[in-house]
Amino acid sequence: MSETVIKCESVYKIFGNNAKKMLDEANGNVDAKTFQEKGCIVGVNNASFEVAKGEMLVVMGLSGSGKSTLLRCISRLTDATGGKIFIEGQDLLELNNKELIDLRRNKMGMVFQSFALLPHKTVVENIAFPLQVKGTSTEDSISRAMEMVKLVGLDGRENYFPRELSGGQQQRVGIARSLAVEPDIWFLDEPFSALDPLIRKEMQDEFLRLQEKLQKTIMFITHDFDEALKLADRIAIMKDGIIEQLDTPANIVLNPATEYVRKFTEEVPREKVLVIEDVMDSPSKDNLGDLKVSKDEIIENVAEKILTQEKIVEVIDSNNNVVGSIKPSKIIDTVFGGRNNGS
Amino acid sequence: MEYLKKYPKLFQWLFLLAVFFGLCFSIDVPETYKFIRGQAEFVKDPNQSVYFFLGKEVRYYAFDVFWRLPPLLGWLPIWINDSLFFLMNEWMPMEFWNEDTQEFKTRPLLLQISRNLTSFMTFLIELIREILLGGLETIVAFTSWDFIDAYPWLELPGLPWTIVAAGATILSYKLSGRGLALFAGLTMIYISLFGQWKPSMQTLSFILVAAPLSFIFGLGLGIAAYKSKRVEKALYPILLVMQTMPQYAVLVPALVLFGVGDHAAVIITMVVAVPPMILLTILGLRAIPPEVIEAGRMSGCTNWQLMLKVLIPTARRDILIGVNQVIMVCFSMAVISAFIGAKGLGFNLLLALNQLNIGLALEAGLCISLIAILLDKMSLAWANKQTDYFGNLTFFQRNKNVIFFVASFVIGIVLAYIGTFIFKGSFNYLFEIPHNKGISTADFWNKGVDWIFDTFFVYIKAFNTWLIQDVLQPMRALYLRMPAVATLVLVVGAGYIIGGIRSSLVVCGLTLFIALSPWWDRALVTFYMATFGVVISCLIGFSVGTLCFQNKKSAAFMLGVCDIFQTFPSFVYLIPVMMLFGITDTSVLIAVIVYATIPATRYTIEGLRSVPIGLHEAATMSGVNKFQRLTKIEFPLAFPHMMLGLNQTIVFALFMVIIGAFIGTEDLGQYILKALSDKNGAGIGLTLGICVAFIGLIFDNLIRTWVSQRKKQLGID
Repeated sequence: MSETVIKCESVYKIFGNNAKKMLDEANGNVDAKTFQEKGCIVGVNNASFEVAKGEMLVVMGLSGSGKSTLLRCISRLTDATGGKIFIEGQDLLELNNKELIDLRRNKMGMVFQSFALLPHKTVVENIAFPLQVKGTSTEDSISRAMEMVKLVGLDGRENYFPRELSGGQQQRVGIARSLAVEPDIWFLDEPFSALDPLIRKEMQDEFLRLQEKLQKTIMFITHDFDEALKLADRIAIMKDGIIEQLDTPANIVLNPATEYVRKFTEEVPREKVLVIEDVMDSPSKDNLGDLKVSKDEIIENVAEKILTQEKIVEVIDSNNNVVGSIKPSKIIDTVFGGRNNGS
Repeated sequence: MEYLKKYPKLFQWLFLLAVFFGLCFSIDVPETYKFIRGQAEFVKDPNQSVYFFLGKEVRYYAFDVFWRLPPLLGWLPIWINDSLFFLMNEWMPMEFWNEDTQEFKTRPLLLQISRNLTSFMTFLIELIREILLGGLETIVAFTSWDFIDAYPWLELPGLPWTIVAAGATILSYKLSGRGLALFAGLTMIYISLFGQWKPSMQTLSFILVAAPLSFIFGLGLGIAAYKSKRVEKALYPILLVMQTMPQYAVLVPALVLFGVGDHAAVIITMVVAVPPMILLTILGLRAIPPEVIEAGRMSGCTNWQLMLKVLIPTARRDILIGVNQVIMVCFSMAVISAFIGAKGLGFNLLLALNQLNIGLALEAGLCISLIAILLDKMSLAWANKQTDYFGNLTFFQRNKNVIFFVASFVIGIVLAYIGTFIFKGSFNYLFEIPHNKGISTADFWNKGVDWIFDTFFVYIKAFNTWLIQDVLQPMRALYLRMPAVATLVLVVGAGYIIGGIRSSLVVCGLTLFIALSPWWDRALVTFYMATFGVVISCLIGFSVGTLCFQNKKSAAFMLGVCDIFQTFPSFVYLIPVMMLFGITDTSVLIAVIVYATIPATRYTIEGLRSVPIGLHEAATMSGVNKFQRLTKIEFPLAFPHMMLGLNQTIVFALFMVIIGAFIGTEDLGQYILKALSDKNGAGIGLTLGICVAFIGLIFDNLIRTWVSQRKKQLGID
């Protein structure tokens, strides 16, 4: 892996009057129930993880799971109650106000669920806003903002006010604004949740296209498991402030760590999520057929071909080296297996 | 029993009313009781009782405590007055450097602060006034009289009216466009041609100081309250009282603290105009979605940038309503503060009303109203202005407004110069049209009034007599017939039923303050006039509002009318009614009704509008007709908002009742007006003001509590 950009060590966020004191007394053993009895609400409970440069970490959880709070701790919109957060090796909680503002002006961008556009500014003014508070001249900031307008495909609408745009268009403005200062780290807080399904899919594809081009380090918050699977390099699933599991989409689907995670994975069409490499066995010598499939193929795309075979199928990598094998029955197991348990 | 369980509140109310009327009938009117027309402290009468408290002598007519409570707070006004005098004249004497006499002088601290403040205000007003009308004091303030003697060319005249008119037109054009520019131009020409230029500019200079200062202070304090809970808690009670305090009442203390003149008027205007600005600023800032604030922070705003570029612009709507209120209050005060020596249109208006010269009053009133509307629209347009980044404008296009202004400046001066040749020996009409040389329609109006009086005198008089004899007098007698205990029980009981113990304690405290003051009877009279006004206003307002709501266009039109009417200074309302009904209670009540109908109508329309469209559709699909929809869906849902309208109606009515004292009524207002001309009146005026404010607050508390409960039940808001 390349260098670490975001690093969290036992981050806690507890709301309430004596939060700090109670956390110290708890000795790292925080129980949401006992805290609640004493009038404190646990937002984030002992979160530790790292995000590498250019990686997209999706934090998934239902409402009230603490995912947004975790994001706000890392962007320091709220101060974490305990633990340490490092951004590119800098201790975030040690920064003074000026350093924090510098960090936000140059390194961070954030997109919000409700778009959070400034109602009194036009599209281009909204996008230029982070540049203008930084002190960039009007001319430069506007011309840069116009580039962003083109990037998110809003050409011709730069003089519109947010209230004159549709939800999808407003969020494009939000995305453009967060990218205006060319940040390295990109926070997205349920950016597509307020959009209707068709627009959401369109925006997700657009987002993937952008990320391919920009290669930012991303923390993406969502309550939609399918969205998480579609976008993520790795997924963190949160419940009651605790990260239940943090892993690649494939591993989460194949090996859910807890009962809670398993419930999410049940309904997931595995053939659409997993690639051959995730389910293949070690290379086999006997009973080989003629068919060879690439390890990076999504199962759905090759399932039909494999299932028509009677013999074992060889799996190859991009250099045509054999890296594994797969039996047709394995495909059936993967797609249908593990679902009959309950019903 | 079943009904009791089903409608517990109804039975509580019935029980309360039964107790109230029981008390009313069981307590007889004492034989010695009569409505006291003079103020007890000025009347010496062997029948009076006397007690001493804190060294103050309080005289009063004693009654059975069930009938009227003794004025245990009677010492308060005298004590406030003495304290004020002590603070101003004796407290903390210090040495201050005196510029004029070039020596140190011993003065009490507060007096010195007050003097510095007033000289600062005077300077600001004079500065603007001298630009508009000419004068020397500002220049002298920076230099000296000797300097002026040495350089006589410094005795610059004011701007010719043509330049001011052109300036206002160009500014309006830049801010909003042709419509407003036309309005501004016509207003200015009207003012000038009708010879109101000088008083108008005096009023304008007063407003141009008072309004921005009130805006800045209100915004600043509002932001402070938004940032700190402690500041908000400290400010809140003062704000509440100030919201319902009649503007008259603060005049007298201001007189003591700051003396007579425009500067005192500015300060007192700020005292009245700042509270609504603070409240609306807090309201606006609170309503900002948290994500917008976070977006601002993530964009890398410093605290200042966040406040100036994100918070205030986002809360713009409410802050603008605040500005609107500030301007409204400023114009209202421009008239009222004529009582303490502010110059300008207000002074002329009062003078004309005093002389019963309705025509002159009408002209002055129209001028004030026009300027008020103009400034209001200009401030709105200014706040909504946008910058255009993309226009490839030429130098001329970018600076055309400045160029036009410079051109009109030159033309104006040339015209004024030419004028000196044309109007040789007489007044230079191209420079300034003097007060008595303009066109005047006063005679026309006065003749009209006379004609109306001559023609309709019989009918008007018959109506007047009927109203006073058959409606008002009996109603007033009924109110005065209430024993104090019964009133207290009614108010406290209502508080308990609506808002529980907390609410009942609050209203009990407020009522007790009035009951223990020496002016309970007067308060009852004020209350009776206000009730009469409020009931009629609500009837009119609710029905007009409901009717207008039936059609989108008429609703929008009505709201616009309300906007304009609200911009009129309150005193202006007295003019037309005096035209018709002369100096009677009827005049006051009609002014009250007209004034108080504005909020009643506005809130009805707004309330009905706020009913969600989905419910309309659901109702229509359930097959209701228009009338059923109104009674079953729209009224119940809009009712909480309409009750807030009632709250405003009560405050407006109280204001106008108190102002009506100028025509002559026998309520608290009469004493406030008297206190104005009394050198010991500060304490009395302030206490009376608090009494009126408390009447308003009793209803405010009850209505607000009820509304918030009801809204929770309905799940709106």
